[in-house]
Amino acid sequence: MLTSGIILLAGSLLEPNPGLIFWTAVTFVIVLLILKKIAWGPILNALEEREKGIQSSIDRAHQAKDESEAILRKNTELLAKADAESDKIIREGKDYADRLRADFTEKAQAEAKKMIATAKDEIEQEKRRALDVLRNEVADLAVKGAEKIIKTALDADMQKKIVDSMIQDLSTKRN
Amino acid sequence: MKRLNVINPKAFIKVFALLVPLLLSGYGIAAASAGQSSSISGGPVAASAVEAVHGGAQAAPEEEKAGDVIMHHILDNRVFAFEPFGSVELPKIVVGGFDISITKHVVMLWLVSATLLLVFLLVGGKYKGMTPRQAPKGLANAIEALVEFIRIDVAKSNIGHGYEKHLPYLLTVFFFILICNLLGLIPYGATATGNVNVTLTLSVFTFFITQIAAFKAHGVKGYLQHLTAGTHWSLWIIMVPIEIIGQFTKPFALTVRLFANMTAGHIIILSLIFISFILKSYIVALAVSVPFAIFIYLLELFVAFLQAFVFTMLSALFIGLATAHAGDGGHEAAAAHH
Repeated sequence: MLTSGIILLAGSLLEPNPGLIFWTAVTFVIVLLILKKIAWGPILNALEEREKGIQSSIDRAHQAKDESEAILRKNTELLAKADAESDKIIREGKDYADRLRADFTEKAQAEAKKMIATAKDEIEQEKRRALDVLRNEVADLAVKGAEKIIKTALDADMQKKIVDSMIQDLSTKRN
Repeated sequence: MKRLNVINPKAFIKVFALLVPLLLSGYGIAAASAGQSSSISGGPVAASAVEAVHGGAQAAPEEEKAGDVIMHHILDNRVFAFEPFGSVELPKIVVGGFDISITKHVVMLWLVSATLLLVFLLVGGKYKGMTPRQAPKGLANAIEALVEFIRIDVAKSNIGHGYEKHLPYLLTVFFFILICNLLGLIPYGATATGNVNVTLTLSVFTFFITQIAAFKAHGVKGYLQHLTAGTHWSLWIIMVPIEIIGQFTKPFALTVRLFANMTAGHIIILSLIFISFILKSYIVALAVSVPFAIFIYLLELFVAFLQAFVFTMLSALFIGLATAHAGDGGHEAAAAHH
């Protein structure tokens, strides 16, 4: 509208008003002071604290990452070491077992040999004892036989011959 | 995009519903004075053309009236009017020869202050009961976005070191101007920031803060050196007055920028609406006044935020320029570049 020019020329738009300036200043200062107390303080503090919190969280996360990486590295190392260790233990165990087996076999063989030897000795002794018993038995039998013969036929010559031959037989057989 | 499509028709219908009774009453008066204009019904184009002629014939008194109404709306008043419901006479106070009467703009300033205090009492209370690990919700979140914007993008990037000291002022001035601008867009409201006295006062605050910050940053000697702009002594006779004038042009620019922007938007909206009264035409009202007024209104909403931001931004910039150290040329250049 054309009146806008008139409005400005009238000067009333730029009319100074000390009362309004006074009230603006008073109102603004009071609002500024109150807001500073009730709003800007808590809000800005909260923002700053949150900023710090976020920064420290990021720092902590980085630190935790570094730490976990170090732990992972250590774990890998430990694992490798443990692997080597277990390999060594298994190998040693195998060696030991082999040695043990060999030992046992050897010992068992020796034992067996010894047992065989003692068995042989015992057999020999038994045999000898059996022979002794047999000999006694034979002597007894011979005596009994002689008795019988004596009882039945008192032919001395014949008997003598028989006994002689018998003794001869025995002695040869004994050897 | 979709959202815009949803909102625009709604806003259109609302504003239209508000304007229809207004247009009808205006038309009725015009018809009574014009006499035969209601008999014309040969078609919308013919009607508007004839009425335009009639309007032209009565242009001078109508324009006077429109101008008066616009002025009445823009200027400060001793009466807070709620047409057509009545009006409230505001008290006249004179203390020691100074007229410090309560005017419409003073009442608006107080309403703005009350709004600010209410909003920030709520928000501040929420922040007091909050641990740093909690995220803000709702209103506090919305306010925090603005506060964080002023803190980082306006204060920190323009002032640099020691910006925390000036934050309360910058934040207050931003929200104060913003609410002033927005309340001016509400029916029956008035734009306090559309009054040159109010913007002048706010700029004077910025001016004093800038000067004090400069004194604190450089001391008296450094401040005086700053006035010579680092030139040869033979040029001082030119440079010193220019620098001194420069100190005053900054707040002057702030004053006029805010005042002119806020006043201009309102004058444009009112003028657009008065076109339909002067031309006495529904066609003009529907085709020109209402759509354009809505467009300017939406633009004004944007300008409300923009001018609050610009005022705060420039205040921060001036403080930054005043406190920038001599060896800190890079910062000064960067700030000037904005």
